[in-house]
Amino acid sequence: MPIIATQGLTMRFPRVTALDDLSVAVEPGVVGLVGANGAGKSTLIKILLGLLPPTSGTATVLGLDIAREGLRIRESVGFMPEYECLPPDVSATEFVVHMARMCGLPPAAARERAADTLRHVGLYEERYRPIGGYSTGMRQRVKLAQALVHDPKLVFLDEPTNGLDPAGRDEMLDLIRRIGAEFGISVLVTSHLLGELERVCDHVVIIDGGRLLRSQAVEAYTAASGVLTVEVDEGRDVLGQHLFDQGVSVRPEGRFLIVDIAGETTYDLIRDGVADLGLRLIRMEQRRHHIEEVFQTAPPAPQAPAGTVQQGAPR
Amino acid sequence: MSTSTIHDIGYRHYGGRRNGRAYVLRSLYTHNLRAAYGLGRPARAKIMPFLLGAIMLLPAAGSVAAFAFTKEPDALIDYSAYANLMQVIVAIFLATQAPVLASRELRFHVVPLYFSRPVGHLDFVLAKLGALATAMFALMAVPVTVLYAGGLVSKAPDPGRQLLDYLGGLAGCVLFAALLSAVGLVVAAWTPRRGFGVAAVIAVYMLSTGFVAVVQGIAEARTNFTLSGWIGLLSPFNLVEIAQVRLLGAEPTVPSVPSGVTPGLVALALIAAVVAGSIAVLYRRFRKAGLS
Repeated sequence: MPIIATQGLTMRFPRVTALDDLSVAVEPGVVGLVGANGAGKSTLIKILLGLLPPTSGTATVLGLDIAREGLRIRESVGFMPEYECLPPDVSATEFVVHMARMCGLPPAAARERAADTLRHVGLYEERYRPIGGYSTGMRQRVKLAQALVHDPKLVFLDEPTNGLDPAGRDEMLDLIRRIGAEFGISVLVTSHLLGELERVCDHVVIIDGGRLLRSQAVEAYTAASGVLTVEVDEGRDVLGQHLFDQGVSVRPEGRFLIVDIAGETTYDLIRDGVADLGLRLIRMEQRRHHIEEVFQTAPPAPQAPAGTVQQGAPR
Repeated sequence: MSTSTIHDIGYRHYGGRRNGRAYVLRSLYTHNLRAAYGLGRPARAKIMPFLLGAIMLLPAAGSVAAFAFTKEPDALIDYSAYANLMQVIVAIFLATQAPVLASRELRFHVVPLYFSRPVGHLDFVLAKLGALATAMFALMAVPVTVLYAGGLVSKAPDPGRQLLDYLGGLAGCVLFAALLSAVGLVVAAWTPRRGFGVAAVIAVYMLSTGFVAVVQGIAEARTNFTLSGWIGLLSPFNLVEIAQVRLLGAEPTVPSVPSGVTPGLVALALIAAVVAGSIAVLYRRFRKAGLS
């Protein structure tokens, strides 16, 4: 059963159309939702929480209808907003306990779960100090803890790596992967950075201007591209010429040679070429696609005059 | 992840009980009530409410002491007059604490976290109003109770009459608490910064009281006592006073109160309307904030 399914979801505001006939279904796991700022990611989350009725279309979350069963959805999901949402004058413990009670957890269970969750997100002694004195990284952890404290089946994480330094970003991504893998909680995580999501997600949904651009498993984006990267110590051009003479499609790129794989023989030709020329081979690997390439090739070729169409722009 | 995690026993799912709406509403009410007195907050959040609470008690304690020594019945302050007598302190308490409940969570964008959970918009508003009203009631009712208890201990005459007056006084405190909290929360909810909220609540109090005093002065100079009495409905303290005097049999403490039961009923209806209206306004305000 899909954890989230939308059919023709449309959200129009007086000035903008935030979502335009969006139909998508995703299975349990860590799902990335990607789009530029203003692509409709936050609006989609508000609609899925049952807080904002869509202009048209329907959606279900955990099999519950957003229009009729909003309350039941909110009981079993967690939400980490993109913006600052913490009162500065209470401690993280006090705040997370309160948020647990707001989900109906009895007092003792709320305290226990809050302590557990704060430990899982990596807040220790500092959780007894008022939040006002926390660093951005610590605040993000508190925001994450309040979304997880009631043990939801699904969490919505809106731009969780926003404002973090590279180390904090890595730790946050690591946590997200653990939430999906170890905690067994499905995650919908938004970001405008594809590279991040490639590292943690099972499935990536890309929206642009409120429209679905693509929705598929991460492997599908990063599948082998049918291209070999070859790196030799010296004599790149010599090897390139040698291969070209034997009818191999090859082009230089930086310090590497990019070779189109025509079949098993391609590998043999490169091996023999390197050996014949007495070069030192450093690496030879299948190049994989990056999700980013979706944005470079995907805008489904607007019927522009042939002269301006750019195919496979160099990276 | 970190090398310092010694006791990492992995993630445990929660299979225990999840309580329903009544529990959430009660927790929300308690949380707000604690916030109104700065409990669970740093020490400086407690200074104002407890200082004002102490100041509220001083005249009551002094009055009881004076009565115990002199046995002069007049030395004991009227129960129903107490809140009006101390109205400046009550207004300051309202001005400093209403923003704590109304605008703090708006300013720091905490509100959406509530509505992304099983918390209803109406419950959220009722819990806030109920909590502030309870805090205000405690502020006024505790000194009144001190007066009553002091009177009992030092054997004030006519205990039956004292009890009735005391209960009437408490009923008046309920009206004060409900009306003032409703007005204070609405004003504070529209002023996102705490400092402005304090100033705005004080301004509403001063302007309404000042306006009524001026109109009453002019009306009395022209011997128009009807207008002088009715205009009192426009200031919160005076409004409750009219209801107290005409419905609960309290002694008037303001210069003019319109005569007959009708003004009392009108005053009561007006209080109810203000409270209902403020609930409606707060509902819309917080609902909108929940979507920001």
